[in-house]
Amino acid sequence: MSSNPSASSAVEARSGARPGIFRRYVFSTDHKIIGLQYFFLSLAAVTIGVFLSLGMRFHLVWPAARLPFVTGGIMTPEQYLALVTMHGTIMVFFVLTTAPQSAFGNYLLPLQIGARDMAFPRLNMLSFWLTLVAFLVTLSAFLVPGGAPISGWTAYPPLSGMGEITGPGEGAGQSLWIAGILIFCVGSLLGSINFISTTIDLRAPGMTLTRLPLTVWAWFVTAILSLLAFAVLFAGGILLALDRVAGTSFFLPAGLVVSGELQMHGGGSPLLWQHLFWFFGHPEVYIAILPGMGVVSHILANFSRKPVFGYRAMVLALCAIGLLGFLVWGHHMFVSGMNPYSSLTFSILTLSIGVPSAVKTFNWLGTLWGGKLQFQTPMLFALGFISFFVTGGLSGIFLAQPALDTSLHATYYVVAHFHIVMGVAAIFGIFAATYYWFPKMFGRKMNKTLGQLHFWLTFAGVYAIFMPMHFVGIAGGIRRYADASGASYLVSLQPLHVFMTIAAFITAAAQLAFFYNFFWSLRQGEPASANPWDATSLEWATASPPPSDNFAGQFPRVYRAPYEYSLPAAPQDFFPQHLPSEQDAPSSKGRSC
Amino acid sequence: MLLSSTNRTAPVGAQRSRISNRARGSGSSPLLLAIFLILVVAATTFIFVARLYPAPPPISRDAVLVDRQYNLTLYVTGVVFLLAQLSLAYVVVRFRDRGQKARFVRGNVGLEILWTSLTLFVFVALGVLGRQAWADVRFTPPASGAIRVEGTTSQFVYAFRYPGKDGKFGRLDPRFVNAPAGNPLGIDPSDPAGRDDVVVSELIVPAERPVELLLRSEDVVHNFFVRELRLQQDAMPGLVIPVRFTADHIGDYEIVCTQLCGLGHYKMHSLLRVVSQSEFEAFLNRQATAP
Repeated sequence: MSSNPSASSAVEARSGARPGIFRRYVFSTDHKIIGLQYFFLSLAAVTIGVFLSLGMRFHLVWPAARLPFVTGGIMTPEQYLALVTMHGTIMVFFVLTTAPQSAFGNYLLPLQIGARDMAFPRLNMLSFWLTLVAFLVTLSAFLVPGGAPISGWTAYPPLSGMGEITGPGEGAGQSLWIAGILIFCVGSLLGSINFISTTIDLRAPGMTLTRLPLTVWAWFVTAILSLLAFAVLFAGGILLALDRVAGTSFFLPAGLVVSGELQMHGGGSPLLWQHLFWFFGHPEVYIAILPGMGVVSHILANFSRKPVFGYRAMVLALCAIGLLGFLVWGHHMFVSGMNPYSSLTFSILTLSIGVPSAVKTFNWLGTLWGGKLQFQTPMLFALGFISFFVTGGLSGIFLAQPALDTSLHATYYVVAHFHIVMGVAAIFGIFAATYYWFPKMFGRKMNKTLGQLHFWLTFAGVYAIFMPMHFVGIAGGIRRYADASGASYLVSLQPLHVFMTIAAFITAAAQLAFFYNFFWSLRQGEPASANPWDATSLEWATASPPPSDNFAGQFPRVYRAPYEYSLPAAPQDFFPQHLPSEQDAPSSKGRSC
Repeated sequence: MLLSSTNRTAPVGAQRSRISNRARGSGSSPLLLAIFLILVVAATTFIFVARLYPAPPPISRDAVLVDRQYNLTLYVTGVVFLLAQLSLAYVVVRFRDRGQKARFVRGNVGLEILWTSLTLFVFVALGVLGRQAWADVRFTPPASGAIRVEGTTSQFVYAFRYPGKDGKFGRLDPRFVNAPAGNPLGIDPSDPAGRDDVVVSELIVPAERPVELLLRSEDVVHNFFVRELRLQQDAMPGLVIPVRFTADHIGDYEIVCTQLCGLGHYKMHSLLRVVSQSEFEAFLNRQATAP
């Protein structure tokens, strides 16, 4: 595509030579390498995050046990809370934000719209390196005296705003946490600018908005969400840092007495932080899940051999979820002391998000209906996503009502709800994407038997962990409690905790099947062709893996909608977007430009 | 490094032969998935229906309202849960690849309009119905005979203050906070209204009398949660937040903190003692005569 500005690989263009290994794989401006860098970063992050959660689950059940990785042998309440904080932070920022959007979006968005690279390749490289630095800074909170912060991933002041007087980890640990998050915000903001510009400006000829794969729509809407949400978190984070180090009082009211000492603050409001944080935090939920929705739509069409049912409704639903996602942050604050009248507004708006979410579910079922379903590993994970999305979405209908939230808030019910709908569903989206695009990324397929084993153990394991958790919450089990000694009724819920902990360990062990499969298949997997799934979108119109400029100089033109499967008149049951007419249907050649 | 290990040079045309050999058959996956989804639905429904892990019985009229709304929501979402998971189970079995041709359908505007308006109606109706249980607690002004108690939270204790015989709370000033000296709330010693204030660590209220609890916090955000009242409210530093309830059943109920407040969060705990009117008066008299 000649109109495509070849902004990428400035070095390569100038010198005319292939850049060295270092430039190609480490400080690369190639969106595919950057996508993989993000992917491996989130793979490292998810491994750490899972270990932290296993530490918590173990402690909840056997609080007096000696543990090898714990300073002092037996985990203290503050160490438990440090795990709570860091598990949430690592998973939300460095896994659920990084993998679906930054990793897969980076790798695939330019390919799917027929572009040579992202609009700003060097900015893209900067985004990744900022994210990596953010990760290291956040992790370093474990290493400072006092340890990692104990205020949770939501870091509510005054607990998080006054230094170590409020608790261990609230000194240097909390400061490093804030620094890490601020750096992450900058990386995300730059990344989202890139995604938005690329989608608007670099689409191949013929790639109209209604011909974009739903994945691209999802990444595009998510990028807009990131741009608006992380900007607010950045502002909030700066104010919190100032309260801690510069003696300001944005979030700290007058007259606080901590550990018997009167604090010299005044004029601030802890509620202000909650508004700023959740103005970011709720869209963040959709930043994690929207790409998964795009991936699932894409994969369901492929393995149902049918167009996505109601493409336009799906696009509208994505946009509606994105928009409504900014209007509902108050549902995290029903019990905060916010004006109770505003709770009703937030409640109705929150319940309204159920509508586009239901539209998506109905359309997924509509896509499957009348199809010719092929149960490849990506398809299984996409179906698992739908099941979790329904389950976790419906438990949200309870939490969206302030009257019900007053007995479910901050219980394990909430933990079950968001783990299923934003945690595991999003992770299933990531798994589906990994199994589906692995052949494109590495030119080999992942092993199907191991993939199926991984799916079944994980699908069953996740339900075994999180379904009982709802009941713990309904009975009044409080989250973020280091053990059950605080209230007498908590003891009766311990058997459920034992069950969930065992399920968690088994499910975590099942991930070895994924890791083994992934690294084994990199070298030993069955070689994959350019289009191993008989798919229609542009990423399958180039070699696996794609050459560094994506389409070997021959940029595609787009002729049709993204999901033309089982067209009645076509000789094949799929009709790629880049093929001009039925005479040139895919039987003659797999790649056309 | 990773890329170099892969087969870059596979001729693109060579793919065609493999496609026909590819495992088209679905194997046991669809059946297994359907059985699994049915099991999840059955187990979940059983635990709800058998009430294996219920919330404790409500002890106030407002809590009964909350439970009614909870049950309504449970029925509605339960039916949707059942239908959605079972349809998924049905679809994966019914439309598994048996060599048939997929039906080419792009969508159906009529269906989209139908299910969009249907879900909008159901969800918004639930929200509107749920308004009452919230409004009753939060919008109603305190009854004229309500007992006023001030609840103060700090890391990691609750303190409850009764105004004493004069019915007035003494002025608070954080400069006077001194727990070891017996003034954990910082009652201004120069204010006569504060002389007869009673400060205790448990919340004692008479049954069937409206109570207005004024929640405040000295340090970080805490919470006041009594399961049996279905009532949870943060204690927000800088604010005094009124909470109203009328407990109808005599008994002891646990108060727990649900807002992460520091390393002792899990131990932050007190009791709500709902007693008879005479016992309540006896308690106040006992406190008034205490030195």
